[in-house]
Amino acid sequence: MQFMLLFSRQGKLRLQKWYVPLSDKERKKISRDLVQTILARKPKMCSFLEWRDLKIVYKRYASLYFCCAVEDQDNELITLEIIHRYVELLDKYFGSVCELDIIFNFEKAYFILDEFLLGGEAQETSKKNVLKAIEQADLLQEVRIFLYHQVAEPIREIDCQLDSSWSRAATK
Amino acid sequence: MPAVSKGDGMRGLAVFISDIRNCKSKEAEIKRINKELANIRSKFKGDKALDGYSKKKYVCKLLFIFLLGHDIDFGHMEAVNLLSSNKYTEKQIGYLFISVLVNSNSELIRLINNAIKNDLSSRNPTFMCLALHCIANVGSREMAEAFASEIPRILVAGDTMDSVKQSAALCLLRLYKTSPDLVLMGEWTSRVVHLLNDQHMGVVTAAISLITCLSQKNPDEFKTCVSLAVSRLSRIVSSASTDLQDYTYYFVPAPWLSCKLLRLLQCYPPPEDGAVKGRLVECLETILNKAQEPPKSKKVQHSNAKNAILFEAISLIIHYDSEPNLLVRACNQLGQFLQHRETNLRYLALESMCTLASSEFSHEAVKTHIETVINALKTERDVSVRQRAADLLYAMCDRSNAKQIVAEMLSYLETADYSIREEMVLKVAILAEKYAVDYSWYVDTILNLIRIAGDYVSEEVWYRVIQIVINRDDVQGYAAKTVFEALQAPACHENMVKVGGYILGEFGNLIAGDPRSSPLVQFNLLHSKFHLCSVPTRALLLSAYIKFINLFPETKATIQEVLRCDSQIRNSDVELQQRAVEYLKLSSIASTDVLATVLEEMPPFPERESSILAKLKKKKGPGAVSVTELEDSKREGGELNGGGDRGQDTATMAASNASTPSPSADLLGIRSTAPLGAAPASAGSLLVDVFSEAGPTAPSAAVNDDGFLRDLEQPTETSDSLLVEGSGDLEFVCKNNGVLFENQLLQIGIKSEYRQNLGRMYLFYGNKTSVQFASFTTTVSCPGELQSQLNVQTKPVEPLVEGGAQIQQVLNIECLTDFSDAPLLNIKFRYGGALQNLTLKLPVTINKFFQPTEMTSHDFFQRWKQLSQPQQEAQKIFKANNSMDTEVLKAKLLGLGTALLDNVDPNPENYVCAGVIQTKSQQVGCLLRLEPNAQAQVQHTDSPERVSHNYSSIPNFLHYLSPYSVNI
Repeated sequence: MQFMLLFSRQGKLRLQKWYVPLSDKERKKISRDLVQTILARKPKMCSFLEWRDLKIVYKRYASLYFCCAVEDQDNELITLEIIHRYVELLDKYFGSVCELDIIFNFEKAYFILDEFLLGGEAQETSKKNVLKAIEQADLLQEVRIFLYHQVAEPIREIDCQLDSSWSRAATK
Repeated sequence: MPAVSKGDGMRGLAVFISDIRNCKSKEAEIKRINKELANIRSKFKGDKALDGYSKKKYVCKLLFIFLLGHDIDFGHMEAVNLLSSNKYTEKQIGYLFISVLVNSNSELIRLINNAIKNDLSSRNPTFMCLALHCIANVGSREMAEAFASEIPRILVAGDTMDSVKQSAALCLLRLYKTSPDLVLMGEWTSRVVHLLNDQHMGVVTAAISLITCLSQKNPDEFKTCVSLAVSRLSRIVSSASTDLQDYTYYFVPAPWLSCKLLRLLQCYPPPEDGAVKGRLVECLETILNKAQEPPKSKKVQHSNAKNAILFEAISLIIHYDSEPNLLVRACNQLGQFLQHRETNLRYLALESMCTLASSEFSHEAVKTHIETVINALKTERDVSVRQRAADLLYAMCDRSNAKQIVAEMLSYLETADYSIREEMVLKVAILAEKYAVDYSWYVDTILNLIRIAGDYVSEEVWYRVIQIVINRDDVQGYAAKTVFEALQAPACHENMVKVGGYILGEFGNLIAGDPRSSPLVQFNLLHSKFHLCSVPTRALLLSAYIKFINLFPETKATIQEVLRCDSQIRNSDVELQQRAVEYLKLSSIASTDVLATVLEEMPPFPERESSILAKLKKKKGPGAVSVTELEDSKREGGELNGGGDRGQDTATMAASNASTPSPSADLLGIRSTAPLGAAPASAGSLLVDVFSEAGPTAPSAAVNDDGFLRDLEQPTETSDSLLVEGSGDLEFVCKNNGVLFENQLLQIGIKSEYRQNLGRMYLFYGNKTSVQFASFTTTVSCPGELQSQLNVQTKPVEPLVEGGAQIQQVLNIECLTDFSDAPLLNIKFRYGGALQNLTLKLPVTINKFFQPTEMTSHDFFQRWKQLSQPQQEAQKIFKANNSMDTEVLKAKLLGLGTALLDNVDPNPENYVCAGVIQTKSQQVGCLLRLEPNAQAQVQHTDSPERVSHNYSSIPNFLHYLSPYSVNI
């Protein structure tokens, strides 16, 4: 994978992870072009598109678009599920994650991503193991996460039964 | 702020983010940010030392500001300080900041590397992982220099925690990608490969990405991974959906790992070990079987994960391209997906089928889906899916369905998205040409193309239709008639006017018999478009007009009238003005004969790769050989020819140098050589430019007389061996260097040197495409009795020839005794899945082993007389192919390898040569006399190639008495 972008329906970039060396200017240009291209696509369209010499795999969850750029020989469907697994991880961690969670706790979103993907490749695909790693880290700190899901639309899909009993219960 | 906050965890950050979100305008946001930056700056510079928490908070704010898209030029030092904090959360923020905002400040890098080094050796797995993540995220050369040797140790150490191994593997991968020279696996190779056996699935998942990348670069060192990967895959594929616990994803066991394993196997050919191969085939069959089973869940995640594995398995099957059964099953499976309700699956099925279409085993199976694919092209709502459908139609096209596919693509073009029109036009043009049996169909197709999508028809496309019409006289009348009809349309595209002007100018006479298309009607029709056209088109039309004057003298007055009017002869455009003036003058002063010569019908174009194909290649894929590069390599080839063979080519080469290179000649992609004697001085270079984009081909450039269709067909069907005669045969008798063979894929250059009975020949195989040739093998054989006469030795060549690359092969040749046949060179390779096979005669002829011998007139004739027996003498009388230029003949005779003896023959017109043929078993002296007869009506001189070719068995001495010519 070359990079991953999260952006809102309004085109605001919420998270960007680059796995190839690019200058700041190039990154900005790529994000701008790609956000525009994807927002222009209609719902129900195919989740894959050719863009420059890359394959773009994207999916929308509530108000957020998750978008990955992979190389020619990479598998589109498994990339789509990488996105989904990341959403599940966020959801489980924040408990019904919403866009605001990612805005206010952006550093957490990056940490979770680093546990799951490293250098653009899946490092650990077990949900339990990823969350365990994050949990361990949290135990080392007196962290307080601000929760916004009471007021905002949850990211997860309606049919996605996720168990959110995990540690957040204490903070509610 | 709607936040529910407990404790004091970076409350200030939350407040700041909230403030930014509440900003009503960009200006307000910038103002708020500047205020914050000023605040942070003063805190960092303040006298009071900041505690770790505050530092973390401010660094995090800076990071947030940066991620919003603003520049940050301070705070790096504070972030680096955080790295050495004992508090995990501070360290973590420090690393995040460094990962996102790397700065090449060398002082900082040193500090960062120090902190990383400390964490790596801390033996605290959480800290180690943080450090490894940072290296992987930054991946700079400096980091590679500092850590590339350390990380493999961590990766394979027995006491390393699993999570650290995972991070180490991917960290190393990232460093390998940036600085492969610094990552040396060496002693670690085997232990890294064995990570595939690790019992922790997470470790395998991470390690396999590293192994795949390393295998691509060093396949031999890592080839033991194949059997390990197969057995791992087999275990996963046969496991029940619950066996792998948390590595099962929506009832699919380890989908990520499965895909990566299948991907790794694509770095290698099919396993040689029968057992391993059997196990792998079993896995692939199981995966295909599972696709038929009812889904275990209705969730899209389940089907996506399952199909991800299926598509990867199909990629592997296509990569092997050796199991017909699996290929056909894969094709059937994809066929089902073509009609699936999931757009994603339809898209992927179309994409995957494109590669299947190029396999000989599944091409036919793919073709059965043609109706579905055509339907997809018509009905898919998503342009990216339609694009895939168009690609697949192009890939599955062959002679049997070309008409249908071209018709469908043409009708799609009428409504096609602008973004893909140009590519569609190229594809239609290529298919129409490639599969044209009937050239009237080809002409119709291209004219339709211009009608429907004129704006997207590039110059290459309309140049090509003209080249083809000119080269095929059976279609010229039809083309003239069709183009005439097309021009009747009140609004027609300028490209149509160009084609019309050119074709009617050349072949308008073929339809002039019909009063509806009489010369004047034709002219008026063309001229009615004139004023709407751009300058280049007008220039072309003016040339068409002067051609009309030649074709139809009755139009002369009308056309001269047009040329004479102010808008032409005083046109502000210098090109148009010049043409008008020169044509007017030419038409009034030149005699009909001169006019007929100057304005003669275009000679056929030399056949070569379609420039359209080159253009499509250029559009596709980066690194494709550009047309100009091809041109350059051609030109070099040409010079090589010229250098070794002054004689034959001199005239044509000179002519080609003389003609002014016009910009259009380059675009046409044709060697611009003027037809000999076709352009009298008065016509000037302009005419040469206009009408003579290509003259008769230089003999050395012609590869194959009827090679046109054969060349084009090659990519799809070339199972038959193609024996190429021609250039190799005679051309190289008198020279040692040049281009032996060339088609659209491959160029073979040759360089050779001979001494005594030994020779060394260098063959240069150049890949003209942008795609790699696989399984490239060459074999040299000496058929029949040649085996005992000639000894040719060579080493095998590398099996891969990268796109645009050239490889070299050396042949050592020993002449044992005299011979008459030529050794054969067979070349086989795969180009885009299709097997290419061609056989060439190597230009090794007996005269190559000539040793020149000087002798006096007396000696010569004494020996000559001794050789009086019939088998010692051969004589041949023949017509000269070329003009008998003394220098040319001398060059040829020297090229033959003999010594040219001066002052030997009493008749100075004759040429006399002597030489000794060196073979291992014997030496054969040889005398030669060439007696040209210039007086005879027909030009005749000898062509020494023939001579040398005919003398096969030489008993002892042999001499040639050449023509005292015919017609006496």
